[in-house]
Amino acid sequence: MLAAIGVPSVEALFDRQIPEAVRLRRPLELPAGMGEQDVFAHLRALAARNVSAEDELSFLGAGMYDHYVPALIDMLMERSEFLTPYTPYQPEISQGGLQVMFEYQTAISELTALPVANASVYEGPSAVAAAGYLAKLHNGGKRFVLSAGLHPHSIETLRTYAHGYGMEVVEVPLRDGVTDLDAWTRAIDGDTPSGAYPEGHTLKGAGRQVSAAIFAQPNFYGAVEDAAALSAAAKSGSAPRDGAAGAGTVNAPVVIAQVDPITLGILAPPGECGVDVAVGEGQPLGNRLDFGGPSFGFFAAREEYLRRMPGRIAGETKDVDGRRGFVLTLQTREQHIRREKATSNICTAQALNALACVVYLTWLGRQGIVELGELLLARTHYARETLSALDGVEPLHTQPVIREFAVRIDADVAAVKRRCAAEGVNPGVDLQAITGREEDRGGLLVAITEQRSRADIDRLTEVLGAAIAATDQRSASKMVAA
Amino acid sequence: MTPVTELELPLQRERARTIFEKGATGRRAFISPRLDVPEVDAEELLPKRFRRGEPPRLPEVSEPEIVRHYVGLSKRNFDLDSGFYPLGSCTMKHNPRLHERVAALPGHARLHPLQDPERAQGALELMWNLQQALAEISGLPHVSLQPSAGSHGELAGVLLTRAYHEAKGEHRHKVLTPDTSHGTNPATVTMAGLEVVKLATNPDGGVDLDDLRAKADADVACLMLTNPNTLGLFDQNIQEIAAIVHGVGATLYYDGANLNAVMGLSRPGDMGFDIVHFNLHKSFTQPHGGGGPGSGPIAVSDRIAPFLPRPLVVRRDDGASGPRPGRRGSPTFDLDYGRAGSESKSIGRLRGFQGNYGCFVRSYAYICSLGGDGLKDASETAVLNANYLLARLKEKSVAEYLPLAYPPARGAGGSLCMHEFVLSGGPMKRELQIKTLDLAKRLLDFGFHPPTVYFPLLVEEALMIEPTETETKETLDAFADAIAEILKEAETDGPEVAQNAPYTTPVRRLDEVAAAKHPVIRQAL
Repeated sequence: MLAAIGVPSVEALFDRQIPEAVRLRRPLELPAGMGEQDVFAHLRALAARNVSAEDELSFLGAGMYDHYVPALIDMLMERSEFLTPYTPYQPEISQGGLQVMFEYQTAISELTALPVANASVYEGPSAVAAAGYLAKLHNGGKRFVLSAGLHPHSIETLRTYAHGYGMEVVEVPLRDGVTDLDAWTRAIDGDTPSGAYPEGHTLKGAGRQVSAAIFAQPNFYGAVEDAAALSAAAKSGSAPRDGAAGAGTVNAPVVIAQVDPITLGILAPPGECGVDVAVGEGQPLGNRLDFGGPSFGFFAAREEYLRRMPGRIAGETKDVDGRRGFVLTLQTREQHIRREKATSNICTAQALNALACVVYLTWLGRQGIVELGELLLARTHYARETLSALDGVEPLHTQPVIREFAVRIDADVAAVKRRCAAEGVNPGVDLQAITGREEDRGGLLVAITEQRSRADIDRLTEVLGAAIAATDQRSASKMVAA
Repeated sequence: MTPVTELELPLQRERARTIFEKGATGRRAFISPRLDVPEVDAEELLPKRFRRGEPPRLPEVSEPEIVRHYVGLSKRNFDLDSGFYPLGSCTMKHNPRLHERVAALPGHARLHPLQDPERAQGALELMWNLQQALAEISGLPHVSLQPSAGSHGELAGVLLTRAYHEAKGEHRHKVLTPDTSHGTNPATVTMAGLEVVKLATNPDGGVDLDDLRAKADADVACLMLTNPNTLGLFDQNIQEIAAIVHGVGATLYYDGANLNAVMGLSRPGDMGFDIVHFNLHKSFTQPHGGGGPGSGPIAVSDRIAPFLPRPLVVRRDDGASGPRPGRRGSPTFDLDYGRAGSESKSIGRLRGFQGNYGCFVRSYAYICSLGGDGLKDASETAVLNANYLLARLKEKSVAEYLPLAYPPARGAGGSLCMHEFVLSGGPMKRELQIKTLDLAKRLLDFGFHPPTVYFPLLVEEALMIEPTETETKETLDAFADAIAEILKEAETDGPEVAQNAPYTTPVRRLDEVAAAKHPVIRQAL
């Protein structure tokens, strides 16, 4: 090979191309390589130092959930034909992957009751930020109004992105566990210019206009929001005024909802609640926990936003012989064509995880997604009732909940969690540790999946009750000693 | 005459039916766990006004149907395990199956991202070790694993640059990108609210220094560069470029898409870069999954470190010294959230949780397998393979139609390349009437995935070829022979053979114009 190239050594390939001053003239300081069995043993030893959902009775949720992943998903995801190709740039040899995308888009469109969906984005919170960017491109507004019920990671991610693309963020508080509708309406109306503009006059003050109104359904605290009311308030507050026509109308904000997809068998879908863009974390649909990723984000919208969507989109067409086929379409939105004018910078997304999603939804099926939703609803309700009956526990709100709920416990949450852990139970997420909000002190967010039976919930109740009592006693005896 | 659609083979027609067109009412795979809690009035559980009227029209199929459907679809995909995939800039190297096995261990796969750090020490140690390895490979000491893919890492990098300048009270609004850069670079700059300024390429294929000097001013926040660049050429002037950029107070960003050329041989940090992103799905062999998942960690210099996204994995070396007040022992590894209210200068989060951990497991396993020497071997072999394939394609019968786009006239390289190279199909188009697209489609009939085509944009009819280190000499020879044969076929049989290719694939050329004009992007039900 060297003779064909015409160099005396491999070293010469680099000596002739890389300036000496930037050559690394020492070995990398990394451990020596290992054989397969040793690497396996090392990785298994690391895995053994984690307490997974297999090792304890876990009620952790807050964005990712221990739902059952059917065996056929493992089998299909490990097939070389899905695992090892890249983005289907050559459609003639990628019909399998393209058709999977097309089916996935159909499934997401059905779930959300919105007509268009892309082939996936990275994950939930960054999907919210990507939806915000779509709104900015769509109406050029300068402000996001968002509900404090959004996942804290979504809020933080949106703020990170929004600082980049120059957008102000206004947070609307919750009341009784759900978005305060009055405050929501005021925040959207607040600086939206009202009244008509003189003919031909540019919109003064439109720069302060609200670009998007964003909420979560159900919200981070598990509560079902009145999505239709939130959407309606966002639209009515800033709809085009009489007389504004011709002078440039005030665009209504884009209504964006971060939706938990597993609830959509029973919960009114965003498309029927006035939502314009529905996004969310797809992990509950057939993807494993993986300590937070990879999973996927879904992105669905009304037709008018199609040409501003981020990411890949598969479309149906025909080949030269008239056979049905699929291609990547509307690529003029994308970075590799439009460069700085693209609607997003995303390239590699989450195709394999979207495959898991569509297989999962197919496995659940039309009846199954409803039955699963009803089961989660019933068990979660039971769990909230049972836990709330304990001394020192009260529900954080009394809104309807589907598979997650928040309680306040009258003891130090971290201490209670440690006591439960000793009994093999992980009672849920310490709310304040995630939100950082003072009002969430003592909050515990408890998730119920179909893998947690009534017996498991009863065990949680027993262990949590004892842990609270013990923690209380200890703090009480400390006070006496003081 | 019979319409062509009726000539379709029944199997092909069957295969293109979607899962939504299969099954029958009431058919199913899932059996719900039984309702084991007391029944409660439906209205009390969830009032009707919040309820969905009609269930989503998901498929109604049995498990055997699902398996047949998706296994059938898989057979309509070409993949890396089936054949050569020299897709330039994508580093389609072998994906060892060990990585799938270790990532699937329940201790990794079923670990909840909000598990208490002291009960996720294995995961945090793995992330810490991976951070250390990436820091060593890049020559930049501080790593965040959070970004989800390369373009997400780029966004992190540009936001870090912004934050760095803003902290000094400077509002620099321009980012320089060479005209050879990946499309994600300029798209990222726009998303981060900054303005793209294009840099010209010199006759050697590197950054045009005069153009750089003319455009580098106090408004420039950053230069985004990949080195070797998308022409597969290592920029000979990299030190001078760094000096010019740093001289005006800007930062230097390294797009790590081409890192596979230089692991253990040259480090971005030593070249003067401030920020690097890695594509774990390229250099570190996370399988590409048909378009993801990927992972795009970033490494930065000391001056950028305070702005890194949170949380960061940290090692607490005081952990061994016993429990701290109010804590039952300190975990050795922890997540540092740099909470608001503190002095945190962090740009904030870029996504939920800690990043694509499943990808970290695979790439960490890869680094453990190879070690420092093995990574260097990988890059050496990648460069060797690319140069060998280039030498084969410089044989007269090919080179007259597909010349190297940038034969460095006087650079130190002679006409060598790094891990990939770019040919121009201009002469082929003019003399044989076949375009790069035709050549790519004809390659499908030979069982090869074509190279990246029509990129970089400044090369006429570009073909960007990256063989990677995991291909044998026999495969490279077979690919070179296939290219020569296609050109010969065009010479002797005329251009129609290639113009109408492919012939052997599940479908032939597809009407992309119609697809975009009247988009059908979901199954009608």
